[in-house]
Amino acid sequence: MSHPKAKKLGAPKAIAPKPALRRFHQARWDEPIIFELSSPGQRGVLPPEPEEAIVQAAGDVFDNLPASLKRKTPPALPEMSQIHVLRHYLRLSQENLGVDLNIDVGQGTCTMKYSPKVNDQLARSPKLSELHPLQPLSTVQGILEVMYRFQEILKEISGMDYVTLQPQAGSQAIFANIAMIRAFHEARGEGSKRTEVITSSFSHPSNAAAAKVAGYKIITLPPDADGYPDFEALKTVVSERTAALLITNPEDTGIFNPRIKEFTDLVHAVGGLCSYDQANANGLLGITRAREAGFDVCHFNLHKTFSTPHGCGGPGAAACCVTKEMAPFLPIPTVEFDGTSYYLDFNRPQSIGKIRPWYGVAQNILKAYAWVMSLGADGLREVAEIAVLNNNYLLHKVLEIRGASAPYAKGKRRIEQVRYSWEKLAEETGVHSEEIGFRAADFGTHYWTSHHPFVVPEPMTLEPTESYSKEDLDEYVAILKHIAHEAYTNPEIIHSAPHNSPIHRIDQESFDDPDAWAVTWRAYKRKLKK
Amino acid sequence: MSQKKIVYPYIPNSVPATKEAMLKAVKAKSVEEFYADIPDSIRLKRKMKLPEPLLSEAALVRHVEELLSKNKSTREVLSFLGAGCAPHYVPAVCDEVNARSEFLTAYAGEPYEDHGRFQALFEYESMMAELLNMEVVNVPVYNSFQATGTALRMAGRLTGRNIALLPSTVMPDMLSMVCGYVKPDMQVELVPFDPSTGLMDLRALRQQVNEKTAAVYIENPSYLGFLETQAEEIGKVAHENGAIFVVGVDPISLGVINPPADYGADIACGDIQSLGIHMNYGGGHGGFIATRDEERFVMEYPSRLFGVATTCVEGEYGFGDVAYERTSFARREEGKEWVGTAAALWGITAGVYLALMGPQGMAELGQGIMQRVRYAIKKLNQVPGVKALFSTTPHFKEFVVNFDETGRTVKEINQALLEKGIFGGKDLSAEFPSLGQSALYCVTEIHTQADIDRLVNAIQEVLR
Repeated sequence: MSHPKAKKLGAPKAIAPKPALRRFHQARWDEPIIFELSSPGQRGVLPPEPEEAIVQAAGDVFDNLPASLKRKTPPALPEMSQIHVLRHYLRLSQENLGVDLNIDVGQGTCTMKYSPKVNDQLARSPKLSELHPLQPLSTVQGILEVMYRFQEILKEISGMDYVTLQPQAGSQAIFANIAMIRAFHEARGEGSKRTEVITSSFSHPSNAAAAKVAGYKIITLPPDADGYPDFEALKTVVSERTAALLITNPEDTGIFNPRIKEFTDLVHAVGGLCSYDQANANGLLGITRAREAGFDVCHFNLHKTFSTPHGCGGPGAAACCVTKEMAPFLPIPTVEFDGTSYYLDFNRPQSIGKIRPWYGVAQNILKAYAWVMSLGADGLREVAEIAVLNNNYLLHKVLEIRGASAPYAKGKRRIEQVRYSWEKLAEETGVHSEEIGFRAADFGTHYWTSHHPFVVPEPMTLEPTESYSKEDLDEYVAILKHIAHEAYTNPEIIHSAPHNSPIHRIDQESFDDPDAWAVTWRAYKRKLKK
Repeated sequence: MSQKKIVYPYIPNSVPATKEAMLKAVKAKSVEEFYADIPDSIRLKRKMKLPEPLLSEAALVRHVEELLSKNKSTREVLSFLGAGCAPHYVPAVCDEVNARSEFLTAYAGEPYEDHGRFQALFEYESMMAELLNMEVVNVPVYNSFQATGTALRMAGRLTGRNIALLPSTVMPDMLSMVCGYVKPDMQVELVPFDPSTGLMDLRALRQQVNEKTAAVYIENPSYLGFLETQAEEIGKVAHENGAIFVVGVDPISLGVINPPADYGADIACGDIQSLGIHMNYGGGHGGFIATRDEERFVMEYPSRLFGVATTCVEGEYGFGDVAYERTSFARREEGKEWVGTAAALWGITAGVYLALMGPQGMAELGQGIMQRVRYAIKKLNQVPGVKALFSTTPHFKEFVVNFDETGRTVKEINQALLEKGIFGGKDLSAEFPSLGQSALYCVTEIHTQADIDRLVNAIQEVLR
């Protein structure tokens, strides 16, 4: 019964082992823009029709609408049947690389860890998704309890006294913290005197940017020769004008600043406050806390350290943790417990008011709570230790690659991430860090350089978190090693990358040209489409 | 408690042998070496005091579901709550797409390996642009509060002026956030409203507007549900005085209501929660900002703006950041406000929603909501002592119901309604004392005639 050709092929052969590098190719659907898929008359979903009695009683609902408010031409949205909408978006999804699909250690500072599926499923319950934020408290005791419990957990993790979960993401939490600091100084009659905020060049740009929005003059500490924020520079800029120090530790370099308490003491000595950006907290859970380092406020990104999915850039969630001196200024309402039931406290006269609508991104708070509950104190400590072990393992391996280096703090261990440099490789081969990223995409991975400005030349920032195995890290290193080898032997393949992505090298010029840029399809049609 | 070593399912290298091998590879005796730089004085020398973990997934699900079971959702109770967070129907395909791992767990990759996210968000911007009749729409910001705060700040930068005029009917929560957000660069002043119509007092507006006015802001529909029928005139007043006309708008109304651009708005802003996103106890918000495609406007956006461009291969669409140099990513505090993680997945979702609805769906939906609202107002007005306010003014999906003549407070009425399985409208008596005992009711396409009749009957019974 065997296939007629079988005999000619000889004895059955084992399938060859996989090559060292994955022969990856991303989906390339060559998908049109959704408007090009429109077919007149097709429907994707039908809205429920009002009953006849409603229609009769309502009459012409536009009869008292002035002409200026009545829409004359329908919006030119695409007209598509349901399967075509679904198919289009599924194709686009296949042209996108989530954590679930790749060894996502390349987006350093983003803490791309595994977001457990079970938590997503729990959060999709109508018992959460169909809750309205103004429901009577007796009908939302479950979600308020989750919020309260999670606040208690964050108090212990940070060592701080009070927590708000209201901010929608990290940068908004930074703003909430600086707004509380502003209110603190105002309450003491020092609002107009304290006009300066100090931050560091390796802190996230939002520290500087949010403080600027809050009205402060920004002073940026450069790194010293060892990569730490320059303490000598801090000494020269602190004064009675200092409102706050906004700083990260470790910064994006991954080097822990051992003098952090001296920084906070110095700022306190002149009457300033200290805000800790804990976006980089993943390696420090149960190891060291904001409280002991002398901070007055700190924030965590739940979509980073606490595992909630990043959603292509939100919705995230964040928490501000503060000392009791700062508590009067927390945004309203706070979530409280009176021993019997959970409630919202709006009666906080010194509060900075609202930061966002309602009380926080409830579905992500639930996911973060569930994540902590699956791990406990020992598990969180394991998260930190393995994240740091993974990072130092990766560091060790990357430094073996020709052309790569890790500036600053030679020979020192790092916490949860490292900002590397390809300066040597770029000098020797003409291949730039950004292009290495384009080539890395050919092997099914992400890669990130750094925030701007590039303080480290030809930067690359890797953060392996606890979610990746040794084999995963070895594979990522093998990709980088292969690309570095190509840089020295066949740089053209990098200059022309990516080759295996949904699309090829994008022409950048139009993005900065007002006559050619097109943020929407209608703008594109007007400007460029013949 | 057993002392056995736990291998955590989310932590592959928690296998002891792997850990040992990796430590050996980096010549470390223990993980403690990695923390050598942390001074002893700031080390936490004890185990964190946290609840005992629920190590198995089964136990975790049991625990969380038990907590959630203490909630009663709007699936179980008939709800007329809105106030900026509205119960609209969420088509299954919206949830299907935003639950895809590829979108849900992605973040900030390049426009090559994350081409899909760029295209989906460009399409979101483009479909919103059709609704809004404007050529520039941003990648979503956090929510409508943030969008409004930024729109006002944009107006301040565009005009070099520092006063924003807002109607006194805006949501107090939003006012709180916006005042804190524009401070200290700008101040907000409120323009009174006509107590009989709810509309902005034009005479007061004309007195308040001057050479310091950066922006005149109105909402359509307003927080209190009515449509600002004088919008075009207000826009003229703003422009005659050199101010930017900013309009907050509920995008789901735009299948039937004219987009702000058509009555003179320079900037439109608002929330996309209504477009296919569950309420999530207030976690479902995303904000949009839209303008004409003029360089002076584009350069004032803090947000990401994804644009389309050619690639080196004929016929391929590429995407990227338009005018990236304006952002805080590029220039820290020298950029416009800040940009960061916000609500991209909701942008993708709203795009799916608009593609499913199409022009006809949006028109039918808008009209159907307005019909239900009229029906509800008519029926409620028939209840003795109950009166819908501003009833000569057209409404979209929310409206104010006054109970002064019933001699009962909203609090009492809502408590009695709750006992009948109904969430009555939001109590406005503290926010708007001038409206007496009033509540803000929300009716959308999810409400049937039977739902509205049930509400009316219940109120009748409660007042009897």
